[in-house]
Amino acid sequence: MKEEIEKLKEEIKNRLRDIKKEEELNNLKSDYLGKNGKITELSTKIKDVPKEEKKSFGLLLNDIKTFANDSFISKQKEFDEKRLNEQLEKESIDVTLPGTVIRNGSPNILEGMLEDIEALFMSMGYDVVEGPEVEKDLYNFELLNLPKGHPARDAQDTFYIKGDEILLRSQTSPVQIRTMLANENKGPIRIICPGKTYRRDDDDASHSHQFTQMEGLLVDKDVSLADLKGCFSIIAKHLFGEDAKTRFRSSYYPFTEPSVEMDISCFNCHGDGCAICKSTGWITVGGAGMVHPKVLQNCGYDSEEMSGFAFGFGLERLAMLRYGITDVRTFYTNDLRINADRKDV
Amino acid sequence: MMRISTNWLNDYVDISDEDLKELADKITNAGINIATIEEYSLPNLVVGQILEFHPHPDSDHLNVCSVDVGNEVLQIVCGADNLEKNMKVIVAMDGCQLPGGVIKKTTMRGVESCGMLCALMELGLEEDTPENYAKGIAKLPNEALIGSNPYVYLGLDDTIYNLDLNPNREADCTNHIGFAYETAAVLGKKVEMPEIKTHPLKDRNIIDELELDVITDNCTMYNAKKVVDVVIKESPDFIKERLINCGMRPINNVVDISNYIMLEYGQPLHFFDADKLGKSILVRMAEKGETIVTLDKQKRKLTPDDIVITDGEKPVCIAGVMGGENSGIDENTKDVVIESAIFDPLKVRYTSLRLDLKSEASRRYEHGLNYEYTCQAIERACYLLEQYADAKVLSGTLKHDITDKTPKVAKVTLEKINALLGVKMTLDDAKKALTNLQFPYELKGEEFTVSIPNRRNDVSIKEDLIEEIGRLYGYEHIIEHTPRLEDKKGEYKGNILLRKSISKRLRSLGLNETRTYTLISPEMDAQFQYDRKEPIVLLKPLSQDKSIVRQSLIPSLLNVFNYNYARNIKDICIYEISNTYYDIDKEETKISILMSGNYIVNNWKAEALKCDFYTLKGIITNLLDYLGYNGRYSFISKQDIPDMYPGATALITIDSVAVGYIGRIHPNISKKEIYVCELSLTELAKKKTRAYKYKELSKYPSITKDVAFVMPLYMESKDVEKEIKRSGGKYLKEINVFDLYKGENIGQDEKSIAYSLIFESDQRTLTTEEINETFNKIIDDVTKKLNITIRKQ
Repeated sequence: MKEEIEKLKEEIKNRLRDIKKEEELNNLKSDYLGKNGKITELSTKIKDVPKEEKKSFGLLLNDIKTFANDSFISKQKEFDEKRLNEQLEKESIDVTLPGTVIRNGSPNILEGMLEDIEALFMSMGYDVVEGPEVEKDLYNFELLNLPKGHPARDAQDTFYIKGDEILLRSQTSPVQIRTMLANENKGPIRIICPGKTYRRDDDDASHSHQFTQMEGLLVDKDVSLADLKGCFSIIAKHLFGEDAKTRFRSSYYPFTEPSVEMDISCFNCHGDGCAICKSTGWITVGGAGMVHPKVLQNCGYDSEEMSGFAFGFGLERLAMLRYGITDVRTFYTNDLRINADRKDV
Repeated sequence: MMRISTNWLNDYVDISDEDLKELADKITNAGINIATIEEYSLPNLVVGQILEFHPHPDSDHLNVCSVDVGNEVLQIVCGADNLEKNMKVIVAMDGCQLPGGVIKKTTMRGVESCGMLCALMELGLEEDTPENYAKGIAKLPNEALIGSNPYVYLGLDDTIYNLDLNPNREADCTNHIGFAYETAAVLGKKVEMPEIKTHPLKDRNIIDELELDVITDNCTMYNAKKVVDVVIKESPDFIKERLINCGMRPINNVVDISNYIMLEYGQPLHFFDADKLGKSILVRMAEKGETIVTLDKQKRKLTPDDIVITDGEKPVCIAGVMGGENSGIDENTKDVVIESAIFDPLKVRYTSLRLDLKSEASRRYEHGLNYEYTCQAIERACYLLEQYADAKVLSGTLKHDITDKTPKVAKVTLEKINALLGVKMTLDDAKKALTNLQFPYELKGEEFTVSIPNRRNDVSIKEDLIEEIGRLYGYEHIIEHTPRLEDKKGEYKGNILLRKSISKRLRSLGLNETRTYTLISPEMDAQFQYDRKEPIVLLKPLSQDKSIVRQSLIPSLLNVFNYNYARNIKDICIYEISNTYYDIDKEETKISILMSGNYIVNNWKAEALKCDFYTLKGIITNLLDYLGYNGRYSFISKQDIPDMYPGATALITIDSVAVGYIGRIHPNISKKEIYVCELSLTELAKKKTRAYKYKELSKYPSITKDVAFVMPLYMESKDVEKEIKRSGGKYLKEINVFDLYKGENIGQDEKSIAYSLIFESDQRTLTTEEINETFNKIIDDVTKKLNITIRKQ
C-alpha cells in the first residue's frame, strides 16, 4: 500500500511537470480527485481494509490527498501568476502622455500678493477692514487734515460724484477715519485696510485711474516711529527677502507728523546701481508716519494720551517690483496666459 | 519741479567747498527730495587750441586745423572764417551728442575730420539765425584750460538741483533764499541775505504821487513803491544765466528783475507802467460781470470771488494771477510802480483754476507767503532796478498791512521728542538741530520754547518741531523694534472672510480670478440690467469709456472673455468679486462667473466636460453647499432677464429670496456659447447658516429603487421631484436624476427622466416588501397627479 501511494505521488509529480495548459491541470485534478479519480477510488477501498490497518491506511490516504491538493494548488498558482503577468503586460500604459487638464484657478496677481500680506498682518494681530469706495469728502480728505482748497489735494486729483461732497475715494485712508470714529471707547486700534482707489490719471504703463492701496493703522499708548520701522522691516523682509534693509526719509503727508518715505535696499543690484533703484541703491515702496494729532482729535482721540502710526503701500507698485512687471495695466487686462507659470504659494 | 541754481545758492550759503552730489544726497535724506542733478557739461565736448591751420586742398572755404585737445592733437576740417592760430575753441569730438545730432569722425572732400569746432548756435545757446552764423565759431578766453569743460568759460558751469517738493515745503523752498536755509540747516552753516539798500530820491515821495486803498480782507498786505527813468535793455549776464538755468526765458532787465526776485525770495512782484496806472490803486473784489483783458490779450470774465487791483475804477490786474494789458510794462515804459503783496491763497487758487491760468506766481501765492520777505523783496527789486535799469527810486512806500503778526511759538520736551521718534537723543542733539534750522529757542530744564520763523509756514505744533529735529538728527538713529502690545488675534472683519472663502472655493474649482475696472462706458452699463438701479455717473469723467460706476460685473467679464478669445484661448472660466454701487451709501458686493469652452478636457482621449448650463450650475451648487445652504436653494426658470437666453436662464433663490441668476448669454450679445452667473454676496451674507452638529449616521443598509417617467418636454424635473418627495414617506432619503432621454421610443414632445430613489431608516433594516409598497405608491401618485406615465423598459 505504501509503495502504491509513493508511486502515485511520483506519477502526479511527473504528470504535473509535463503540463503546459490550464485545462490539462483540470483534467489531471479529476484523474486523481474526481469522482472516478485514482485517489477517490483508493479511498473507497478503506472499507476492505482490516480494522487494525484502517488507521494507518487513513493516514496514508490523507497524506496523498494533501499532497495532491497542494501540488495542484501550487500549479494553479503558477498559471494564475502567469496569466496576471500577461494581463499586466497587456494593460501597461504610456505614462508620458499628458494628463487630463483640470484647470488651475489662480487669483489675480494683486489678490494673491494681498492675501499673503493679510496673513502676515493678521498673525501680528491686525484686523483686515474694508470701507466703501464711494466716499464722503469729509472722510477722504477733511478729517484727514486736508480741508477744501488745501494745496496737497492737487496730488490726488479726484473723481467727484455729487458736488464737492461725494467722490470715488482717492486713498484707503477714509477706512482709518471710519474705524477710529466707530471705536466707542477710543481704545487701541490695529488694522490694515486694503482696497480699490481712484484718481484722475490717464492710463499708461505707470499710471492707472484705478489702483489698489493697502494702508495700516496702529493706535495705542506710547507708539513711536521705532515701532513703525520695526513693522516695516517685517513687511520688507517678508516681501523682498531676509536681506532687505530699510530706511526712512523725511517726507510729507497732511495726516501724519512726522511723515516718512519708506525705502528698501535694492533687491536687484544690492547697492551696485541699476535702473530699478535709479542707481541710488534704494527703492521707495510706501509712505508712512505718526498719525497727525489733528487727525486723532478729529476722530475723538486724546492726542496727548494716545499716539499711532499709519502707513500705506500701492499694491500695484509692490507687485511690479516683486514680480518684475513693467506695465501697471497688466493687472487689469486679465490675460489668462499669465497664469501658466504662476506659483500661488 | 523747482530748479535751484547752485551758483546762485552760493550767494546766500557758502557751498563752494561742497561736493554737490554728496550735498544733494544729504539734503534729500533730510527731506527735500532732489530728484535729479543737471550739470552743464557734455561728454566729448572739450576746450581745444588751434595749433595751426591751412586751406583745404579741394575747397575754397574750408580749412584743415590741427587742434590740441589735451591728450592728443586732432585734425578737424572747419568752414568758419574767424580762425586764428592759438585760438581757444570749443571742440565736439567723435561721439559728442549736440542738439543738432551726433558728431562723428568723417572724411570731408578727401580729408579726414575728427570732430567739429563749435559756434554757440550749435550748442543750442543761441538762436539759429544768419547773423549768429556769420559770427563763426566761439572764441574762448585765453586762460581756458585745454581738455576741460568749455561751459565753465561761457558762464554756464552751473549745477542745477531739480527739487521734487512736497506741498508743505512749496512755500519756503521755491526760492533760493528759502532753499539756502534748508541747505544751511543740513550743513550747519549760516545764511547771508542779499543787498537791499537803495539811494532814494530825497525830493520825491510816492505818497505825493499815488494813493493806495485796500477794501477787501482778502489782501492782507500791499506794498507799493515807485521808480522812475527806467532804461529798458538787456539784463546783465548773471541775471540772464540764472534765469535760464532756472528754466525762465530772459526778456528785458525790468521783467527779468521781477522774475529774479520771485526766484530769490519767493515773492511774486507785479510791475505797472506808472503812467498807464494813473494816480491811485484800489484793491477790491471784482464785481459781477466785470471783465479785463489780460497780458496774453484774452478777455477774462470776473466774479465776486476774484481779487482785483484797480486804478480806482477799472481792473488793471487780477491779483496773484495775471496783469492787465492796460497797465503793463512795454518798451516805452519810463516809470514803474512795483507791487509786492499778499493775497488770500484760496482765492488765488480758485481764480487761477477757474481761468486756467496757473503760473509760477499763482503757485507761490497759493502756498502762502512770508510777509517779511514781501517787505524785503520790494526793496531788493528797487536795488536791482537802480543797479541794472538805471532807475531812480522814490522815497516812501505805500503800505496796507492787516497781517496777523502773532509770533508762532511751540513747546516741546526732549522726552516727547524721543518718545515719538523712538530715539535716544541728547539735549545737545536737539539743541544742535534747532540751531542749524535757525529756529530761536529758550530752554527751561528739558523743555524747548521755540520761536518758529515766518519763512516756515508749515511748522506750527510740537509734532512739526519733532519732525524738524528728527529729520536733521537723522532717522537712521531710530532703534527699530516691533510694537510691544497686548497679544490679540487678527481677523477679517465684515464680509471679507465670506468673500475670501468664496474666492478660494471658486479657484479650487478651476476658475481664474479677474480684476477689472469699476468705471465703465454707457454701452457696458446698458447691458445686463437685471435688478438695476439709477447709476452713479461721474461729474467730470476722464473719458466716456470710464464714466459710470458699474452695477453688474458681467460686461467687464465679457471684455476679459473677448480679450482672451482673441488670443486663441477658448476655454475660459473666470470670476470676479467686486463691490458695485448705486446711489450714495448703497453698496452691493457681486460674485460674477463666466464660463465658456471646455471645463475639463483631454484632447488625445477626445474627452471633455463642456462648459454648459449644468456645469456652471454644478459649480454654483458646490459653492452653495460648501457655504452651508444645502437644501435651501433652488433654481427657478426665468425668461425675462435682460440679455440672457430666455429658455436657459434661472433665478437662484435661497429660502425663496432671489440672490442672483444663472444662464446662457443672449445671442444678441454674443454668438458664442457663454454661460454666466451673478450672485449678490451682500444678500448671501444675510442668510445665516447653522453651525455644524454631528448627527448619528444610519447603521442599517439602504435600498435603492429606480424609476423613469415620461413627461411633456416643458415639464420641469423639480415638479416631479416635489411629487416624489410628497408621497415618498419618511424613509425616502435621496432622489437622484440619473438619465435624461429624448428620442425614438417616446413621443416627440416628450422626455424621460430617470430617478434613483434611496430609502433608509436609522432605526432598523427596511424590508423589500414595505419599500416596494411605498415605491408603487410613489409611482401611482406621481403619474396620477402630474398626468404622466412611467417608462416601460
